[in-house]
Amino acid sequence: MIAQYGYADGSGEYYIIIDTDKCDGCEECVKVCPQGVFEIALDDYDKAVACVKEDVITSIHYICLGYHRKCANEESNCHTVCSQDAISHTW
Amino acid sequence: MITAGVDIGSLTGKALILEDNNIISWSLIPTNPDSNVTVRKAIDIALEKAHLSLSDMDYVVSTGYGRLVVPFAQRNITEISCHAKGAHWFFPEVRTILDMGGQDCKAIRCDDTGKVANFAMNDKCAAGAGRSMEVMADLLQLPLDDLGKLSLEIVEAEVPISNTCVVFAKSEALSHLRRGKHSSDILAGVCEALATRVYSLMQRVGIETEFVISGGIAKNIGIVKRLADKTGLTPRISFEPQIVGALGAALFAQEILKREGQT
Amino acid sequence: MVTIGVDIGSLTTKVVIVRDSKVMAHELVLTGESSYQAAARAVQGAMSLAGVDTKDVAKFVSTGVGKGETPYAGEQATDVLCAVRGALFYYPSARTIIDMGAESVRVARCGANGRVLDFGTNDKCASGTGTFLDTIAKALEIKVEDLGPLSLQAKEDIIITATCAVFAESEVVGLIARGKDKASILGGIIKSIASRVYGLTNRVGINKDVVFIGGGAKNIGISKSLEDLIKQELLIPPDPQIVGAVGAALIAQERSQVE
Repeated sequence: MIAQYGYADGSGEYYIIIDTDKCDGCEECVKVCPQGVFEIALDDYDKAVACVKEDVITSIHYICLGYHRKCANEESNCHTVCSQDAISHTW
Repeated sequence: MITAGVDIGSLTGKALILEDNNIISWSLIPTNPDSNVTVRKAIDIALEKAHLSLSDMDYVVSTGYGRLVVPFAQRNITEISCHAKGAHWFFPEVRTILDMGGQDCKAIRCDDTGKVANFAMNDKCAAGAGRSMEVMADLLQLPLDDLGKLSLEIVEAEVPISNTCVVFAKSEALSHLRRGKHSSDILAGVCEALATRVYSLMQRVGIETEFVISGGIAKNIGIVKRLADKTGLTPRISFEPQIVGALGAALFAQEILKREGQT
Repeated sequence: MVTIGVDIGSLTTKVVIVRDSKVMAHELVLTGESSYQAAARAVQGAMSLAGVDTKDVAKFVSTGVGKGETPYAGEQATDVLCAVRGALFYYPSARTIIDMGAESVRVARCGANGRVLDFGTNDKCASGTGTFLDTIAKALEIKVEDLGPLSLQAKEDIIITATCAVFAESEVVGLIARGKDKASILGGIIKSIASRVYGLTNRVGINKDVVFIGGGAKNIGISKSLEDLIKQELLIPPDPQIVGAVGAALIAQERSQVE
């Protein structure tokens, strides 16, 4: 399943998109994120997959500095460390 | 097999009792500041209507914002999955679901078994939820339930509302009102803006027929019609759109029991 | 040389009269429904206070959301530029400026000469703006000017989970129903607003010294909360609300000198 975590408000659309079918629960994204946005949890079908922590979803634009704006310039980020290419960002 | 689904949202609490493939009773109540009271009341009303007691339930699944505070539930499942399953029970051909309550909006695409393929939710911004309509009802001093119909009875022309944020949109609507614009014309602008935002969310997950609308927004004809126009699809609405989540939870309860029965 | 800066904001209009890089007088009025009329009134008021007439003025520069419609001939400058110029006037060491207004928040990083290096704005979402504070003040039946000091008397640490001004208002109503005291609720709201501003600051980046201006800087609760979050001392000018207009007047002076 494609899980899109985030929101849209007057200033834009901010979603972190995780493909849980591709995700193998390796935890690399959890370790690499400087803001601690991710965690591994069991989904409704009992598969351990990466998800965005529930308490950061409604502040995601303030907490995740934005892949395209910030982390894309880093050598390691949640996109590069994911061997399954399961994560993407809308901003 | 008798199962129950309990859906505790931020504004309403719902419980539903399912026996095999029949809904035998359900409840829909406003939430109490004490969620324990909400949970108890919701299940008690449903049980009473069914002339059953909690011990008759073979399995209970809870869902919704308050799913973790249902002490008698054996399992909790997200409202996304429950909504998809519930909508699928009503309309087996459903592939796109829109659920909007007072505080959030969910767009879900599911497969032919009612399993979620793609979802996106917005529960951060009031502009994308039913709250935006409540604020306008209060501003225009009109009953919330009439807004949708009124928004379709344009007198002169739709008044575009350019601000997304409800706080700013409210001031914008107020200036229009002061300048003599008709309430219905302002409502047309408000509903058009909301429908556009909702449509955007739906496009994010992909729009495919059949299209089902659940939650309080299904009762707003102004939004329903505008979404029909934008998607080119006829929205299907169940007889009581607000119990879809609780139904899905009760169905999950059945599935879990069947799986456990096989082991 | 006398120049006038006019900052027409969504809630208030500020006018500052500058002569040879010194602030002569200032005026503040509510913008109301007509920014045109508010600008006229405020300019009149300031000119009376300074004892100057339109013919004495070398140049007008307007900024703010209503800068397009003014009753006098003049030029325009962006909010960000005026905020930076005004902040540097009070603190030549300013390199990050946080400007919190009624309906928008801006953060800018600048060089020593006032050149803007990077900036971010939020003018689309009411959370993190002054309007949100106003709404809560009404819900709690407290005067806006008392909000800051009262929030410092919070007895418990309340966390407001909603990041939308509209949902937060309902959360406040719920907290009142549950018997929470106003000071603690206010503390939670102010922390929430400060985190929105902090989020924007984080995106733009922080270079010392950090200056805090705008109506929001008058709220001691917000400035303390923001200081805790950015872990830097905030420099706040004596009248933070007029700093944008000061910047506009100084820009008017610089442009006149060039001509």
